[in-house]
Amino acid sequence: MPELIAKPTSNDGVPPVSILRPGKTASSQETRTWRGYLRPDGRKGIRNHLLVVYTVECASFVAQEIAKDEPDTHVIGFPGCYDNDYAIRLMLALATHPNIGGVLAVGLGCEYTQPHRIAEAVRSSGRPAESFFIQEHGGTRLSVAFGKDHLASLRARAQENAVKVPMTWADLTIGAECGGSDGTSGLAGNPVVGRAFDQLVDLGGSAIFEEVVEMIGLRDLMVSRAASPQAAQKLGATYDKMLNYCKAVRQYSISPGNFAGGLTTIEEKSMGAFAKGGSRPIQGAIRVSERPPHPGLWLLDSVPDDHFMQFGYTNPNDTEGIMDLIAAGAQIVLFITGRGSVIGSAVAPLVKITGNARTYRNMTEDMDFNAGRVLSGELTMDEAAAELMDLIADVASGQPSKPERLGHREFFLMYKHQDAPSLEAGCRA
Amino acid sequence: MIWGRSRQIAGISGDEPAMTVESAASAFQVHASDNVATLLGEAAAGAPLQIVGPAQNSALATLEKIELGHKVAITAIPEGAPITKFGVVIGIAKRPIEPGEWVHLHNCRSQLDERSGRFDVHTGEPGDNAYA
Repeated sequence: MPELIAKPTSNDGVPPVSILRPGKTASSQETRTWRGYLRPDGRKGIRNHLLVVYTVECASFVAQEIAKDEPDTHVIGFPGCYDNDYAIRLMLALATHPNIGGVLAVGLGCEYTQPHRIAEAVRSSGRPAESFFIQEHGGTRLSVAFGKDHLASLRARAQENAVKVPMTWADLTIGAECGGSDGTSGLAGNPVVGRAFDQLVDLGGSAIFEEVVEMIGLRDLMVSRAASPQAAQKLGATYDKMLNYCKAVRQYSISPGNFAGGLTTIEEKSMGAFAKGGSRPIQGAIRVSERPPHPGLWLLDSVPDDHFMQFGYTNPNDTEGIMDLIAAGAQIVLFITGRGSVIGSAVAPLVKITGNARTYRNMTEDMDFNAGRVLSGELTMDEAAAELMDLIADVASGQPSKPERLGHREFFLMYKHQDAPSLEAGCRA
Repeated sequence: MIWGRSRQIAGISGDEPAMTVESAASAFQVHASDNVATLLGEAAAGAPLQIVGPAQNSALATLEKIELGHKVAITAIPEGAPITKFGVVIGIAKRPIEPGEWVHLHNCRSQLDERSGRFDVHTGEPGDNAYA
């Protein structure tokens, strides 16, 4: 019978509900290990990709052509000519991500963001890196050829450097994002991920969830989950900044597809979205490009800071949030989509989960996991979470996720302002 | 699963559209204080609907067709009263709502997001932006 432990209350009262009771850790998973790539900073990757980074939109075509027909090579970059601290931090976090073995930075030659500075930062992380300006290499065709030569040399060095070592759950950081949510997301897709997050945390791993803009009305619930007084203060401040932001820009994170799928208000969507955070204590809030200082469950704050509020929106699409999670060190991101989505992600595999059996049936080639079986009675929530953990371990072991298999490697980055990652209590305690 | 394996019906297996068949006439009430329940399949107008969840196992008749993932009122909700799901207030009734009625943009408004109340109730399409 129902595993719901909820007390009736208003949005402003005491913590209203804990959707699901903590799940039991499946013992079969505890001992599972696989092999990954040990990086000089001690982190371990589950892929050994190369990365081409463009430093302005004008260089993006050449960057994409360089990576074309190179299955191990992903492309990221920043479209703006004028530079942006947040964007530079995010690109560096991805370029030194444990799944990345080598980097080529390509610029046009006019822009503020400097490819050679990116390459230097990557080299100081112990990885091979090169850079060049297109204007110094004679245009599109010659630059693409020059870049492909660099790539071949980077690949050889990355393979030479590769140190394969055993990995366990404690070596994993996993992100969770939802998009295209519907009425099933809060009942099945997100709770299953939340329960898998509980297991990951219990096994010593790191779990990160975001979309603070989808926690409307849940301040008290969030704060009640804090692991420490410092974390409580940080979570409360993160909530307050988010609510001010949403009110100021008059944008709420709910879309036509969400309405068509049965979600009526941002308050309703929020309660379902929060379920992906599971039930374990929240250690604090990290900001974009910051990594969790210790394992456990963390909230990622991707909302712009107050004094920059008049510029740009947060959460412009799902890919932005996924990149923020990967920049925090996630080697895999779980993406819950009731309505269905056909995105993947650069740098780290995306694992797509739907709580809607109809969506799973319509988009089976794109969907990794059918959490709708929980609603049909085919699986218990614990069985579904155990199966999801097995799938995560398979993908960590090298099995391509469905988006990877289809060649997806979406990336998105736009102007935003966040103060440099802070070292305040709750994050560095 | 949420409410127990016993609801599984023989013949449903693998990735078959279980919700649309087996759960066609049921809706899940997440929290005992909720005045709405979420459809686990599609329900036709006038169809008997089983309400399952922590508080009750009861039945009512739908007053209109309601889609998977959408909400049905399980009590009468007066105009201006809170609409509750997950034990939290998810919106306010724009007008009186009868038990069995579909609860969505046409009769439930957010306390924060004013814009969405003007969207198409079936597709969610925003009609408030000029394209010319």
